[in-house]
Amino acid sequence: MKVRSPEDLEKLRREILARKKPDRPVIAVCVSTGCSALGARRVVEALREELKKHGLEDKVEIKETGCMGFCELGPRLIIYPQEIPYFKVKPEDASEIVEKTILKGEPVEKLFYTDPATGEKIRKLEEIPFYKYQVRLLLENNAKIDPKNIEDYIALGGYKALAKALTQMTPEQVLEEVKKANLRGRGGGGFPAGVKWETTKNAPGEPKYVIVNCDEGDPGAFMDRTLMEGNPHSVLEGLIIGAYAIGAKEGFIYVREEYPTAVENIATAIRQAEEYGFLGENIMGSGFSFRVKIHRGAGAFVSGESSALMSAIEGKVGEPRPKYIHTAVRGIWNKPSCLNNVETWANVPLIILKGADWFKSIGTAGSSGTKIFSLVGKVNNTGLVEVPMGITLRDLIYKIGGGIRGGKRFKAVQTGGPSGGFIPEKYLDLPVDFDELTKVGSMMGSGGMIVMDEDTCIVDVTRYYIDFLSSESCGKCVPCREGLKQALNILNRICNGQGKAEDLETLEDLCEVLRAASLCALGTTAANPIATSLKYFRDEYEAHIFEQRCPAKVCKALTAYYINPEKCQACMICLRNCPVKAISGEKDIVHVIDQEKCIRCGVCFQVCPFNSVEKYSPPTPPPARYGIKVKRVKKGEKGGA
Amino acid sequence: MSRKVRLEIDGKQVEAEEGMTILQAARKAGIEIPTLCYNDQLEPYGACRICTVEIIKDGRKRYVVSCVYPVEEGLKVRTDSEEIRKIRKTLLELMLPLAPASGPLKELAEKYGARANRFQAEPTACILCGLCVRYCAEVKKANAICFIGRGTERQVAFVPEVAPYECPSCRQCYSLCPGGKIVEAESQGLLSMPITQKVARKP
Ligand SMILES: Cc1cc2nc3c(=O)[nH]c(=O)nc-3n(C[C@H](O)[C@H](O)[C@H](O)COP(=O)(O)O)c2cc1C
Ligand code: SF4
Ligand code: FES
Repeated sequence: MKVRSPEDLEKLRREILARKKPDRPVIAVCVSTGCSALGARRVVEALREELKKHGLEDKVEIKETGCMGFCELGPRLIIYPQEIPYFKVKPEDASEIVEKTILKGEPVEKLFYTDPATGEKIRKLEEIPFYKYQVRLLLENNAKIDPKNIEDYIALGGYKALAKALTQMTPEQVLEEVKKANLRGRGGGGFPAGVKWETTKNAPGEPKYVIVNCDEGDPGAFMDRTLMEGNPHSVLEGLIIGAYAIGAKEGFIYVREEYPTAVENIATAIRQAEEYGFLGENIMGSGFSFRVKIHRGAGAFVSGESSALMSAIEGKVGEPRPKYIHTAVRGIWNKPSCLNNVETWANVPLIILKGADWFKSIGTAGSSGTKIFSLVGKVNNTGLVEVPMGITLRDLIYKIGGGIRGGKRFKAVQTGGPSGGFIPEKYLDLPVDFDELTKVGSMMGSGGMIVMDEDTCIVDVTRYYIDFLSSESCGKCVPCREGLKQALNILNRICNGQGKAEDLETLEDLCEVLRAASLCALGTTAANPIATSLKYFRDEYEAHIFEQRCPAKVCKALTAYYINPEKCQACMICLRNCPVKAISGEKDIVHVIDQEKCIRCGVCFQVCPFNSVEKYSPPTPPPARYGIKVKRVKKGEKGGA
Repeated sequence: MSRKVRLEIDGKQVEAEEGMTILQAARKAGIEIPTLCYNDQLEPYGACRICTVEIIKDGRKRYVVSCVYPVEEGLKVRTDSEEIRKIRKTLLELMLPLAPASGPLKELAEKYGARANRFQAEPTACILCGLCVRYCAEVKKANAICFIGRGTERQVAFVPEVAPYECPSCRQCYSLCPGGKIVEAESQGLLSMPITQKVARKP
């Protein structure tokens, strides 16, 4: 059916709701990447089998949804209407779920989340610390929607914002509302979306284009993928509203090739939106017409940069352009083109529906709304989290993230993807918003957040990111191509114990030239990891250069392995696992590492059940003698703990 | 007739035409800015960044490359300062390891006090300024020479289907090359090499 007016939409919504029956049980199973990898598909099959067995296949709906968050505890599942959240569900659990929860309304205790602190089972999602401090405006519907079914989205009030914009607001009023809400770009620099829309709207030239940036080139980030896979209509609705405000008749959705499900789900969403009349000619009788095409990109990191992305849509090499004229004025085929990130667009329907004042009531004065982060690294709880802007890093890491894994000490958090900066412990109480992160030398970026503990060597991770950025440089301009290459040479040398006194100044000069002279933001922001590591962790560089010491005992050239004769139980495990046979030993005789042969792979350190292998940096362990008799430790004293 | 634009370069009032770049306006006013990848017959490319200057816009200082940035009414530009000299010096120090024998690079290095051996040498005699590639594409419309590879793998290569026929009778790009690579490449008989063969290979 075609929806031709807001009244049509409301009628349709009621019909859908009536068909759905509110008390009808729904088992929502997350089948997105994370949970699928853990076997969610098999859980779905087992549940279907089980329902069939009980003759319930028509009475209970199984909904295959996008990501619900907390992926490491997947497969995830929520049973409605009671909203019972289950974790780590296995196919074997299907019968119990159907027999107990579906038929009798009883919970399956073992599938609840266990609080690691108290050991208690938690029955409500919003009481689990990981969720408790989140504000999931954009992500919450993921658990309620089958992304391939537009009716699920409509049932939750989807396309109401579009109806409102088209029938009750002029394009100018829509623009004003977004400007007033101070929605800032979620994909990069935090540029105010409304201001960019206005630029494109007022720029000379027709046609004008609107574009969704779903390149998401940051390794390890999946906020945009999650929205595109789990709730594609929210992005699409935002885009259509933006097109109306700007006066664009055509839009592009740029999705990286590596996201086949996102491509599939957004393609389905576009088809359904056309069928229902939310796309195409004369949308909801407003006279406004709009079409969308999908562009599948090769997914290089630099392709996400605005001018590179537009070149790619034109069919050219996806390389940044040297122009100083913004793509909002001259973008695709030199026409005004407004590019926003997936998450930016997804915020738009909420703003139109609930108003700019509501939006501004969330977050900080300078940064309104929520932000989705991909919280990973050495925290206990990892995954996508959506938080109000202004939450402190400490709350994010300790309350939501559950603190540092293994009780280790926090060292740094890197925000903003590979070209973000490292933020040290003294700034843990920093409120997370665009401006505060920039002030300390990092950035919001698209929302990467990597937590590092005391076992991380800052010089080594800096080297890792510069290696990534250097290999992702398009190679056009000298500061980025040559500067990053030489910075990498220097960092490699420092990690190899061949650092020189002048290296730190040279790295600083490279940061300066990267920032001042790079052609695009890949180069200018690539200075962040170097500059912040030099600023906040200079002592680590100095230890490497002047003392031949890696404080975290990570850099191979500066770390030696040594078997503590007091702890070794002569179990022969390290000896058998050493890939170069550098360990000698026999029954009852303390094992000894031949430092000449040792390649410092650390296998012995990992496999020793008695924690008797120790790391030394500088790499000068005490002299080892062969033939020492083992000192037996009593049971229960194992591991030197 | 294009509109006149007035701006200030190094404290001097300069009149330029709309659509001109800062570089063009400066040169017209007799103010010299160093360039390497710029050629007035070609579209600005903005790769070497040596022509970086400082502008004041909305009260904020910003560095831009003058060969690309268009003139604006009332714009304030500085083409020389301690910071700019340092940026140019580091840029030269980054290019010298590629083409240590290049005349234009050596000349600028002297002017800006750039050290040739500050960074690890990787001599290819090519600074990837793209003058040859762009001249061949934009002026000759022959496309006999092109970029291959991305990032640090980027290099210049003759197109084997075209170069052996076009190049011997043209050779116009030879005089453009600051690194001396093209002359060397042809003398080594690389015109008919397959495209994957490194032209800018290490000597
Ligand atoms: C190297 C580089 C990579 C980028 N990658 C992305 C990306 O993957 N997704 C994205 O939305 N923006 C990316 N950006 C930022 C875009 O250039 C652009 O600012 C953004 O898409 C604008 O949308 P926003 O204002 O809604 O954030 C990247 C920028 C650079 C310099
Ligand atoms: S900064 Fe890097 S990615 Fe951007 S144009 Fe220069 S070389 Fe290419
Ligand atoms: S001359 Fe301007 S960037 Fe090369």
